Amino acid sequence: MYSQYKLQDDSGLLRETASQTSGPFVHIGLALEIAGFESRPDEIWQDLAKEGAEGEHIELVGHVYDGNGEAVHDALIEIWQADSHGNYISNFDNKEPFSGFGRSACALDGDFHFHTVKPGQVDFYGKPMAPHVNIAIFARGINLHLQTRAYFDDEQEANEQCPILNSVPSAERRKTLIAKKEQGDGKPRYRFDIYLQGDEETVFFDF
Amino acid sequence: MSHKYPSFLSRDRTWQPEPYTPGYKTSVARSPRQALVSLQRASDSERSGPVFDGLEIGQYDNDLLMNFRAEWEQAGLPIGERIIMHGQVIDQFGKPVPNTLVEMWQANAGGKYRHKKDGYLAPLDPNFGGVGRCITDAEGRYRFRTVRPGPYPWPNGVNTWRPAHIHVSVMGPSISTRLITQMYFEGDPLIPLCPIVQVLKDPEAVETMIARLDMTRSKPMDYLAYRFDIVVRGALQTYFEE
Repeated sequence: MYSQYKLQDDSGLLRETASQTSGPFVHIGLALEIAGFESRPDEIWQDLAKEGAEGEHIELVGHVYDGNGEAVHDALIEIWQADSHGNYISNFDNKEPFSGFGRSACALDGDFHFHTVKPGQVDFYGKPMAPHVNIAIFARGINLHLQTRAYFDDEQEANEQCPILNSVPSAERRKTLIAKKEQGDGKPRYRFDIYLQGDEETVFFDF
Repeated sequence: MSHKYPSFLSRDRTWQPEPYTPGYKTSVARSPRQALVSLQRASDSERSGPVFDGLEIGQYDNDLLMNFRAEWEQAGLPIGERIIMHGQVIDQFGKPVPNTLVEMWQANAGGKYRHKKDGYLAPLDPNFGGVGRCITDAEGRYRFRTVRPGPYPWPNGVNTWRPAHIHVSVMGPSISTRLITQMYFEGDPLIPLCPIVQVLKDPEAVETMIARLDMTRSKPMDYLAYRFDIVVRGALQTYFEE
């Protein structure tokens, strides 16, 4: 069948489709209410945990800042996390109390804003990884989405043992991966500000 | 040590765009300057990902001619060239990626987005929203019916225009295969002029984003078809290792 693909020269593998920025109007496709649309009956959005979800209910919020210290208002954030028992639940279903995947946008007050539960520890070749949330950042000016992890500042012991956190060469830069607990509305709120550039640049992963 | 999830071929970051691409001005302040931290071995966190069996996809979610009509009873249709955009999601080994979420969004035929922040002077189309989604079938195939979007100017250089494009988002089997791109149209003379296209260094990488006119799937007296296949990172079928 006629297609735009050619085989890779050396190994015979196909090349991954090239990435492009999600642009300033990403909300039309992935965050409809932010663009001004009426939501469809079922959307992927920022409430991962509903009433009845097992575990400690928390909020995860944060700004995204550019190299000039300006908030990136057109950023779209996706998170993927284990449930409170440390299991990844692949099936996304808004009818269930908990889904491991969600999206939020920084368009309103600059914060992305997730309602979720604190994830449990996930095994890594026999060692536990500290509780963490996997984060992808999309925005105008970002050619290929950035990938990071949010850990929790009240899990100090687990963080010190985490094989992934410890694989970050600079102990100073590991701090950029720790969300800080702050006063929330009724439930614990963790702030994870993301710095795209500059002295406090967040650690981004390749995997 | 067993794994429930596959691992994936590494992402070729010399093929994909660099973060810092000064020809595209917004990237300058939004590009990390530190090297990425490469995970020597991916954990279940990176290998796993969401499956959207439980997401209720509406009857017209992949039909942009129908999913935003001002007056249903008057059967108002959007202005513009009627097209089908279709293709297959496959991985780098050519293996189909079934049952995965494909989402898209676009400007209308005049190059105007239905978005609070789009200030371009072209008018909105009362019968066009510009959003679609669907789940790939057992062979990894997807299909949208829409209108061809218009090009539009944007502030970057003195007189910069975006070629006609449709934004495309695909999940794949894992968060490792997550990808957002833009689909362009074969033969559009604006493609080589675009600073966002030019973030790709390899002309073959640009080719992966250009849909081909597909007369075998166009319908006489109705619509043209464009074929756009999407390749995501290859899954290594070593679920059990060590």
